Amino acid sequence: MSMLHTPPNRPAGKSIQLMSTCLCDAFYADVAQATVEVLEFLGCEIELPDGQTCCGQPAFNSGDWASSRKVVRHTAKVFAGEKPIVVPSGSCAAMIFHGAPLEFEKEADLPEIQALANRTWELLDFIVYGLGVTEWPGTFNAKITVHRSCHLRGSKSPEAITTLLESIEGLTVEPIDETEQCCGFGGTFAVSFPNISNSMGTLKIEKLTACKPDIVAAADMGCMMHFGGMMEKQGYPQKRMHVAQILRDSLKNSGKI
Amino acid sequence: MKTHQQIDRTARDLDPEVHESNFMGAKLKSERRYNTLHRDYDDPDQLRETAGLIKQHTLEHLDTYLEQAEASLQRNGVKVHFAMDDDAVNATVLRIMEENDAHSMVKSKSMVTEEIHMLKYLEKHGKEVIETDLGEFILQLDDDYPSHIVTPIVHKNRRGIAKTFEREKIGEDYNDDPETITRRARQYLRQKYLDADVGLTGGNFVSAESGRIALVTNEGNARFCMAANKIHIAVIGIEKLVPTDRDLGLFLNLIGRSGTGQQLTVYNQFISGPKTASQPHGPEQMHVVFVDNRRTEVLASDCREILRCIRCGACLNVCPIYRQSGGHAYRSVYPGPVGAVLSPLLAGNRFPELADLPKASSLCGACNEVCPVNIPIPDLLLRLRDKAKREGAKEAMKGTPNLGLWATLCSQPTMWKTALSMGHTMNYIPTELIPHPSAKAWQGARKLPEFQGGEFRKWFKNRN
Repeated sequence: MSMLHTPPNRPAGKSIQLMSTCLCDAFYADVAQATVEVLEFLGCEIELPDGQTCCGQPAFNSGDWASSRKVVRHTAKVFAGEKPIVVPSGSCAAMIFHGAPLEFEKEADLPEIQALANRTWELLDFIVYGLGVTEWPGTFNAKITVHRSCHLRGSKSPEAITTLLESIEGLTVEPIDETEQCCGFGGTFAVSFPNISNSMGTLKIEKLTACKPDIVAAADMGCMMHFGGMMEKQGYPQKRMHVAQILRDSLKNSGKI
Repeated sequence: MKTHQQIDRTARDLDPEVHESNFMGAKLKSERRYNTLHRDYDDPDQLRETAGLIKQHTLEHLDTYLEQAEASLQRNGVKVHFAMDDDAVNATVLRIMEENDAHSMVKSKSMVTEEIHMLKYLEKHGKEVIETDLGEFILQLDDDYPSHIVTPIVHKNRRGIAKTFEREKIGEDYNDDPETITRRARQYLRQKYLDADVGLTGGNFVSAESGRIALVTNEGNARFCMAANKIHIAVIGIEKLVPTDRDLGLFLNLIGRSGTGQQLTVYNQFISGPKTASQPHGPEQMHVVFVDNRRTEVLASDCREILRCIRCGACLNVCPIYRQSGGHAYRSVYPGPVGAVLSPLLAGNRFPELADLPKASSLCGACNEVCPVNIPIPDLLLRLRDKAKREGAKEAMKGTPNLGLWATLCSQPTMWKTALSMGHTMNYIPTELIPHPSAKAWQGARKLPEFQGGEFRKWFKNRN
């Protein structure tokens, strides 16, 4: 087994379940809203399971697998069915399609969890490789840099993000140095290793802002909460957007929605 | 109060000059690795995956391959020894020396001998042992230990080394010119090679098919250790086997490129036994000591993939945590991501003491991405975190918030939604004052975003 290879033959189709993520639920309402607007523009019919909470990742990464499994079992129940599950976060998606089967390896209900994993998509991966959209209509005048969050590693999401963003009229994506380096979030890592996390964040901010972009973009609000929070603490007025917000705004800018 | 992890505190307190040296060394090697591999191969990932499969296959059939290797080595005139633990390995080497009335040894770099503290053991038993790898030689003079698998003294600088040489009277005066230091070490070591009774090396790969040992160095010292001596002892971990000679091509192409960005390491030896009538040069006796030292325990665990490791150090170089903390922060022979998995496992019942090592990762996966044998290091780190939690290892828990209550909250949607709607009060609380250590650690460097709990759900419900 290798890390973060997305499951093969995932269901696509336009009738989907949205996992809006706990961070969007608590802090980033507009990111979830933009996700809905983008998917609906593409003709998707969205179900938002009401009982959803969190993907279970904080406990999984902390080694508290018993707690994490409790949350994942709840998620599997809430997201019952056959529809593709779409998640506007690389790390929550990877938690479901990779992390959950790992922590259920020795559990009797692994098949149910594997079934959940096998229909889970990160948002941009879904748009490009699930729905086959390779060009994004609309206009967005800006120079941006993109943070490649680590949980997109091994999946086709980074390619999907570049494909979509570079097709938008008026938008330039500037390359950054050392894209493979982590921003230092890592969930509870950020609080149990605050000094290292901080040093990593400082380096990442340096790379992301070296070309003085108008916007720093990412497909993971976890990373953004960390390095964005650092930028704000340091009084750095850098505009940041989730890729879904850029897609939505480019539609708005050109009157498409 | 020690609310942060030990490795984090070491990183914070690290001498800036040492940090710079570790960091830049790692970064440079990562860049070279990437450039060499991608210049020479269209799809390096395919090579990594193939190499991983070969190693995994070998591990799954290690009993068979070990027997085959033993037979092949014996056919080549090599005496084969198996040693279960550190004491057994050291005793075997000492016995070979004593049986041959040998007093002095020159040795080349070998991580497994670090693991079992062979040098100290032999010295205690009155033997003279000289490390001949330049870095290891300097470590021996300083009574220090490696901070990196491939570049063991990356934490040192030339001024410190020059002082060591001055103190040990190697060369006539203080001189911190790297070339002069190297020349002096070379002169000093040359006589040691000639005087030694025994040469000891490790072994990077052993072909079970032919019993051929492949040994790579950049200094040629391993070659010297074997050439001038009557006895050659190779101490090798049992996981170093590959099935056939054909496999060596793949691994030799990967090890240099992955470790230092070299297409090939400078010296590549293929050793097929002591001297014979048809091959009149070389040692009269050759011994191979296969070392277990808990490797069969690791093989039986759910982290067995770590035994694929070929000790190239690529995972250290790319690791953002290693780059900040340096190798000594890991408090064990194997540092970095591979060490964070291997060291606690090799510690046996001392696992709790090193149970924090698997926590020293943001699980970013860069290590897996560069690993020449495609070890899923993040998965293994996670399995060890689970093990640490189940076994109640205190070292692992420092700074990690308790998530039991959170899990209950996340399993009960009504409570979850209530919490979300109440969370707005957070926006009016000066969160910097929350006395929880995790909150403090977060707020130390970051602002919390504004709380918007439940707003998206409301919007979604009401928009039509």
